[in-house]
Amino acid sequence: MAELGTLVTKVRSKNAGPFWLTVDIFCGNAEVYSRVVRDLKTTQIASVFHADSQTIKRFDIPDLNVVKFSLPRPTVQGAIGDRDMHGASWAALVGELDI
Amino acid sequence: MTRVLIPSGALGLNYDPEALARGLAAKPDIIAIDGGSTDSGPSYLGRGVSKYARASTKLEWAGLMAARAKAGVPLVIGTAGTCGTDSAVDWMLDITREIASENGTTLKVAVLRSSQDPDRIAQSFETGEVTPLPGAPEVSTADIRACANIVALAGIEQIAAAIETGADIIIAGRTTDTAIIAALPLMQGCHAGGAWHGAKIGECGALCATNPQSGVILIDFDTTGFTVTPLADGAHASPHTVSAHMLYENSDPFILHEPGGHLDVTAASYTALNDTSVRVEGSKWVPSDRYTVKLEGARPAGARTVVMALLRDPRYVANAAAWADDIVTKCTAKVLDRMNIRAEDFRLEIRLMGQSASFGALETRTGDPVEIGAIGIITAPSEAQAAEIGKLLNPYLLHHPLTQEEEQPTFAFLFSPPEMHQGIVHEFALHHVLHLENPMDAFRLEVVDIG
Repeated sequence: MAELGTLVTKVRSKNAGPFWLTVDIFCGNAEVYSRVVRDLKTTQIASVFHADSQTIKRFDIPDLNVVKFSLPRPTVQGAIGDRDMHGASWAALVGELDI
Repeated sequence: MTRVLIPSGALGLNYDPEALARGLAAKPDIIAIDGGSTDSGPSYLGRGVSKYARASTKLEWAGLMAARAKAGVPLVIGTAGTCGTDSAVDWMLDITREIASENGTTLKVAVLRSSQDPDRIAQSFETGEVTPLPGAPEVSTADIRACANIVALAGIEQIAAAIETGADIIIAGRTTDTAIIAALPLMQGCHAGGAWHGAKIGECGALCATNPQSGVILIDFDTTGFTVTPLADGAHASPHTVSAHMLYENSDPFILHEPGGHLDVTAASYTALNDTSVRVEGSKWVPSDRYTVKLEGARPAGARTVVMALLRDPRYVANAAAWADDIVTKCTAKVLDRMNIRAEDFRLEIRLMGQSASFGALETRTGDPVEIGAIGIITAPSEAQAAEIGKLLNPYLLHHPLTQEEEQPTFAFLFSPPEMHQGIVHEFALHHVLHLENPMDAFRLEVVDIG
């Protein structure tokens, strides 16, 4: 077991418009990329966001050594209950996942 | 070939004047810059205003107007004034007039307006001409009519119409980020997939390169693809930095929907020409059967008042969540008892900075902070009601004890008064597309002579 954020180069999260959130995991090299692709389950991402894993789009991109997840934003950007206008903080929760 | 000079990812973010001069020396066919985004939230669209300081916008725009005069090519800004409403376009036009007047220059300006009448959009919703995109909120015609502002995102057709007027400067309301860059290459017969893909790579300025703060990039479009070159000293583009940019703020890194079709970059190839420039070919444009434009709308979500207090007493820091829950319960009861307001008409919450303010119930970590910031957030129908609830919350945040037995504590308020009034706030209400028979149907183009 290892914390995802300590294995990879960077975890980034951003809004993809007001209604979607996208998380890019930059693995840095092919070895780490293979491990992340193999061990990081989409259901783990779903559990971070308390989301239905059916709503999560996953892209394993070997050319970039990137694993990307996109999901409907946990709270619509700027809605009364939203806590992070730019959606960038979420990366911390993903980086703290154990794989 | 069509050469597009992009000074930065957005007007207001600054650009490197030396790199811009280098771009002018390369004789671009057009200078294109984006003026907005939804990324700063719904308030700007709701109020129809820019997030950037007028002083910064004027300074940077004056520099670009001078660059345009020197190059003798059109200068286009898309999504003027952050949100691209008609009011934001007028603001940008006013700044342009001011600069032209100060410089004693005369200019032909094409103004493209993107604001929509909420009543008409509500009618189009009823007739099925407005349809939801994936992840769209549930809306009713009443929700649509309640929008303070609705804009439609123009594509290349509307920008092309503006360019065809022969204007020196084009001030466009809401457009897609890519349309202002892709329009001229497409008008001049460049490769369609390459035009849209290059525009997507270029829309954030030099964010696709190794020195993202430098801003300025140059893109050459031709009949088989495009070549991107960052212009600042020490800025490099590589196949990796360019292809990785498709990830940025995109829910799908291979597909990008635009008015009239979509871009598919699945088969794109990225080649380093040297350590600065990257050549891209193989991107595909897929036209759609129906011409649709995306809509953005923001409607009032009530008035907000914020009250903050700082907890430094270790016992209160350790028990902050219970303390805050108790305040919300007691204060809510007091609001209902003393004010003529229904429970469903207001919202009162306390977020704890240092503990769970970022993620609330989704936070997975705990720690022992030195202090906690308690942020009381009130949303109510009117500013007066939000302010009144703020006054009811005030004594709790100042003095609420963990137990009845102890001496009354006093916490730190930052200000007098501690209540901060944000006025009416907005929320995004639309993630829909509008079907158009003719691309200009939802847009208005006007040519004005200034100076």
